[in-house]
Amino acid sequence: MTSAGSGLTIWQTCALSLLVFTGASQFALVGALAAGGNPLTAAAGAFFLGVRNAFYGLRLSQLLALPRAVRPFAAQWVIDETSAVAVAQPTRRAARLGFAVTGLSLYVLWNLTTLLGALGAEALGDTDAWGLDAAGPAVFLALLAPMLKTATERAVAGLAVLLGLGLLPVLPAGMPVLVAALAAPVALWVEGRRREDRLEEGDR
Amino acid sequence: MNVWIAIGATALGCYAVKLVGLLVPAGALEKPLVKRLAALLPVALLAALTAQQTFAEGGTLVLDARAAGIGAAAVALVLRAPFLVVVAAAVVVTAGVRAVVGG
Repeated sequence: MTSAGSGLTIWQTCALSLLVFTGASQFALVGALAAGGNPLTAAAGAFFLGVRNAFYGLRLSQLLALPRAVRPFAAQWVIDETSAVAVAQPTRRAARLGFAVTGLSLYVLWNLTTLLGALGAEALGDTDAWGLDAAGPAVFLALLAPMLKTATERAVAGLAVLLGLGLLPVLPAGMPVLVAALAAPVALWVEGRRREDRLEEGDR
Repeated sequence: MNVWIAIGATALGCYAVKLVGLLVPAGALEKPLVKRLAALLPVALLAALTAQQTFAEGGTLVLDARAAGIGAAAVALVLRAPFLVVVAAAVVVTAGVRAVVGG
């Protein structure tokens, strides 16, 4: 695993996985530390990658309607994967179940593989040769597809893809996805303008 | 020691942003426009993320076997294939293209 190869101890590697539990942030932190970066600068970069989870939380808050006492515990599981599964569910019950099952299984698996990786196990070999790196985006695509029901949703997704890819070479890691989130308010604004236009035409 | 400081700061920061979203009171999200926005944000984030995981290698854009794999997944989705078939199509096609082209 990357963290073990960059001078972190097993304890540090596992603590990072258990406490941070946002893959992109973990890799960013490890990479920045390995490059000899200042610890707080490294943490700031990792933090940027985690900011999008706040937007997921906003949606999950209404979708799951969790009791206030449960929220601090559920928060640690608010990540890309759990959000994708939860928002794809038709009912609140299914969304809660999807969030909990995805959260628990990923938390266990992720930390287990981190531990094994830190211990130096390379049993899986080169997972890329098996095409497993395509599984992640394929899962996201399959969860996303049913959400693209109306023109607005499709416009949001299309614009977000353009922003996310177009800004990737020019902005620091994590920022392009955050800027891509702007596709949502932009599409809503355009949708609002169109509705106004239609109303005005109706008046005539 | 420095590493522990970095881990602690990252853990605190990342947990805080996760919690902030969840703690927004339901009342603040009741306006139809805010509701729509909150529903569209995950669509934007996941779309951008999917595209990056398909076409990005570090900070550069690349066209490799993954694009073929995700293309296959998209075709499977259009054909209304079950979830696991969609993911399997992506994995198998990516591995196949990689084995043939070696990228």
